[in-house]
Amino acid sequence: MTEAMAQPRTLFDKIWESHVIAPQGEGTYLIYIDLHLIHEVTTPQAFEGLKLAGRKVRRPDATMAVADHNIPTTNRAAGVAGIANHESKLQVDVLERNVREFGVPYFAIDSIDQGIVHIIGPEQGLSQPGMTIVCGDSHTATHGAMGALAFGIGTSEVEHVLATQTLIQAPAKNMLIEVNGALGAGVSPKDVILAIIAKIGTAGGTGHVFEYAGSTFRDMSMEGRMTVCNMSIEAGARAGLVAPDEKTIAYVMGRPFAPKGAAWEQAVAYWRTLPSDPGAKYDKEAHLDAADIAPHVTWGTNPEQAAPITGRVPDPARIDDPLRRAAVERALQYMQLKPNTLLTEVPVQRVFIGSCTNSRIEDLRAAAAIAKGRKVADGVTALVVPGSGHVKHQAEEEGLDRVFLEAGFQWRDAGCSMCMSMNDDKAMNGERIASTSNRNFEGRQGKNAKTHLMGPAMAAAAAVTGHLADVRQLG
Amino acid sequence: MEKFTQLTGVAAPLPIINLDTDKIFPAIYLKTIKRTGLSQWLFQEIRFRADGSENPDFVLNQAPYRNAKILIGADNFGCGSSREHAPWALLDFGIRCIIAPSFADIFYNNCFKNGVLPIALHKEIVDELMEDARKGANAVMTIDLETQTITRPDGDKVHFELDAFRKHCLLNGLDDIGLTEQKSAEIGVYEEKARLARPWQFGMTQPRT
Ligand code: SF4
Repeated sequence: MTEAMAQPRTLFDKIWESHVIAPQGEGTYLIYIDLHLIHEVTTPQAFEGLKLAGRKVRRPDATMAVADHNIPTTNRAAGVAGIANHESKLQVDVLERNVREFGVPYFAIDSIDQGIVHIIGPEQGLSQPGMTIVCGDSHTATHGAMGALAFGIGTSEVEHVLATQTLIQAPAKNMLIEVNGALGAGVSPKDVILAIIAKIGTAGGTGHVFEYAGSTFRDMSMEGRMTVCNMSIEAGARAGLVAPDEKTIAYVMGRPFAPKGAAWEQAVAYWRTLPSDPGAKYDKEAHLDAADIAPHVTWGTNPEQAAPITGRVPDPARIDDPLRRAAVERALQYMQLKPNTLLTEVPVQRVFIGSCTNSRIEDLRAAAAIAKGRKVADGVTALVVPGSGHVKHQAEEEGLDRVFLEAGFQWRDAGCSMCMSMNDDKAMNGERIASTSNRNFEGRQGKNAKTHLMGPAMAAAAAVTGHLADVRQLG
Repeated sequence: MEKFTQLTGVAAPLPIINLDTDKIFPAIYLKTIKRTGLSQWLFQEIRFRADGSENPDFVLNQAPYRNAKILIGADNFGCGSSREHAPWALLDFGIRCIIAPSFADIFYNNCFKNGVLPIALHKEIVDELMEDARKGANAVMTIDLETQTITRPDGDKVHFELDAFRKHCLLNGLDDIGLTEQKSAEIGVYEEKARLARPWQFGMTQPRT
């Protein structure tokens, strides 16, 4: 082996290097994109651009479309005609027209294959190890759980990928996020990522791609890894990755778009070469001990403003940096929270279990385990929204829908729902929400909506108690 | 894309850290299928009061800053969603340049695609420019892309860094797609190699039998 070949590389380095088409000069490169996922919100202007320039979609066979943000989560059988809001319907109509015109494959909204774009990629076996995957959506990092380099892009870049199947990019730096040890009872992957973001901050990963390593991630299910990777962007990272292992391979096997036969053998052999080499260098590192991670909730208006559920609302008077103090004051004012309040004393009016962070079968099972035999508290409206038609179907096979309905939760059709106020599901009159989604920004879930992020079991615990609650107390 | 060569205008101070794209352009207005006319929803939550009237405390509602062409921001500007509606709305309002200590990656990228120049500078320098920006009608700065300089209201010059490729595209108003299409032979060669190395990825999303 030559000296150069012996240079240990990270998983990111390997995927990056195998996708460089040509240097563009000055540290930027033209890179190839293996899979392009598109949805209705960030593509109308891109297709319009293609039409104006008379361009085609270069690789419809590497593109997949779905509508998820604007669609109602009731009466799905009515199809697009069932979308009451005129602008929402128009956006979905435009997507359907564009995919027809450009020959792009599409999961129709009344199909069981429909779901949130980041749920269906892995579920359908589209997202595979070693790929470059992009989508006009910042939570594309979810697919990094498959060992793929997956990141969000803007609409101009969507147009660029549609036309050329490439992107102009500067390589990211490598950041290792290592967590070791077993998670305590009641501690979920959501708590792991909230703890990571609270530790390194919303800009802690800017310019970097995370590689999540250590026994905690090795022991985590694929669904859990997706929850973690999903929120990489909330720490500013371009993408988050978990090295593909036997679990990853077993997860992909047999899915509708996974390779079959000889191609499967060839793919697996390739995927096994991807994990970071021993001794590979990282530009930055963060280390956490799983034993130190408690169930978390956010108290503020960005995901870094999180604390263990046993904690209190922070006191801005104790923050020296004037801009940070102003930010916390503003957050508490918006959230209508008093400094030093015990988090478990904060009441909620809404509970949302869903979104691309926490709407997979495992999430629904965790929430159902808490809901079982209990009742949603008076004055609380609670929604459970599966991430895809298949998740919904599986949950119904397992009887989870009945557990939720008996406990007083609403059981809906798949979509982004209350994660972002683009469809009929939104918080009213500034309600306070226990939400399993990924962003607690001002107004994201409705005007003046006050969002507390948490894992699915924690959200179910909030639903049945009527306030933020420590799931470990419910047993 | 409109060229960016030199820009002279009022700079508005916006000292909010982690200013996210939901604040710049709220999700509910993402239903538009256009990329123009978006400034009506820019900074919706902080720019307007509940009854729809202007919030007089918000900087862009104050006389000299209504015509601001430059924003002076704080750390992690533009974090959150990938929505290009954020730079579209800023551009539609007339903002062509944002200066901050740091930017979120996707927002930073999206700006260049639309002829908006994001400039990252050391925090100490941004603090000084923030003070300049508080001078109301006198908060006039000039950004010269060719020489990579900002001329402050007092005539002092500040240098900024920028990668040469992005500079070239902005200066000439170049369309990325057109540039990449000139490389279509190389893309074709890459695709042939990839088809041999990773054949299962080709034809992947086509319906199966
Ligand atoms: S569930 Fe939320 S975060 Fe995920 S794609 Fe939909 S709107 Fe975006």
